Amino acid sequence: MHELSLSAAIVDTAVKHAEGRQVRVVSLRIGRLRQVVPDSLEFYFGFVARDTVCEGARLEHTLVPARMRCPACSQEWELESPIFRCPSCSSTDITIVTGNEFEVESIDVEEEPCISRK
Amino acid sequence: MHLKKVRVVKDALDANTTIAQANRADFDRAGVTVVNLMSAPGAGKTTLLERALAGLDSIAVGVLEGDVQGSFDADRLARLHIPVTQINTDPGFGGECHLDANMVRSAIPSLPLEEIDLLIIENVGNLVCPAEFKVGEDARVMVSSVTEGEDKPLKYPLMFRTCELVLVNKIDLLPHLDFDLEAFLRNVEAVNPEAQHMLVSARTGEGIEAWREWLIRTVARRGVPA
Repeated sequence: MHELSLSAAIVDTAVKHAEGRQVRVVSLRIGRLRQVVPDSLEFYFGFVARDTVCEGARLEHTLVPARMRCPACSQEWELESPIFRCPSCSSTDITIVTGNEFEVESIDVEEEPCISRK
Repeated sequence: MHLKKVRVVKDALDANTTIAQANRADFDRAGVTVVNLMSAPGAGKTTLLERALAGLDSIAVGVLEGDVQGSFDADRLARLHIPVTQINTDPGFGGECHLDANMVRSAIPSLPLEEIDLLIIENVGNLVCPAEFKVGEDARVMVSSVTEGEDKPLKYPLMFRTCELVLVNKIDLLPHLDFDLEAFLRNVEAVNPEAQHMLVSARTGEGIEAWREWLIRTVARRGVPA
């Protein structure tokens, strides 16, 4: 349900970087550790984008795996279930390498072909 | 007309984080410690607050109540003669399921920050969304009641990972339930090895003193170098 707020945050970020240009695609990176439902995001995005340069834009996303690293034994692994413990040495002092992302990675904007002097 | 790809690579919640930092700076200036209290609906947040705050004289506490609708919880807490401010998240376009930094920001002018040492923000009852939004708190605490089942840490890992204290409430009901307390605590530890927990019953008062002392300690640790 917080996908409504998240969609608004995505539109705000995209609008800021579009600098007035029409946006066709917004690409997101969503980490597996985030509790975000992409379908739900897309649904709200369509509403929130109305009357902005993002109106009609497509929302795309890449899911980023949850990769962990154990500083003690240098083991690296992908988290399959939410057990935050090193499978090799059982240490609980582990580092999240990826999986927490909730980023607007890029936007595709319409641009006039550059015909000016250069 | 052609399409151009613009690299952005920006956390979509940056705006919320920035506002949360501004809230935090305001709280710091006033010397107020802030606890963000979260749980599923009906886990017992308000009753645990009533119990803990009723006997808490050594520090001055204020409460910011977040609810979708109504002021039922705020009315209950106001009877304790502590300052309570209500935020309703239902300004028309569907009630939000969580508090975000901006909602808290809008409430700051009506908070008596100069008069209190501790502000408890009682978030909207929900195990998913509140975990995603920083509001400017020093500490996050959640209530999980034994009627919710021992699998909850594994089902809502983000919430359990984000809290430093888990209050396990309604333990007076344990004899009547199939709830496996050991399995629950194992699941909490799997998801968040750093989390502390306390077994409490808002109904019988068991564990309330420990929860009260935790609040006092959390206020005291402000200003102590980490």
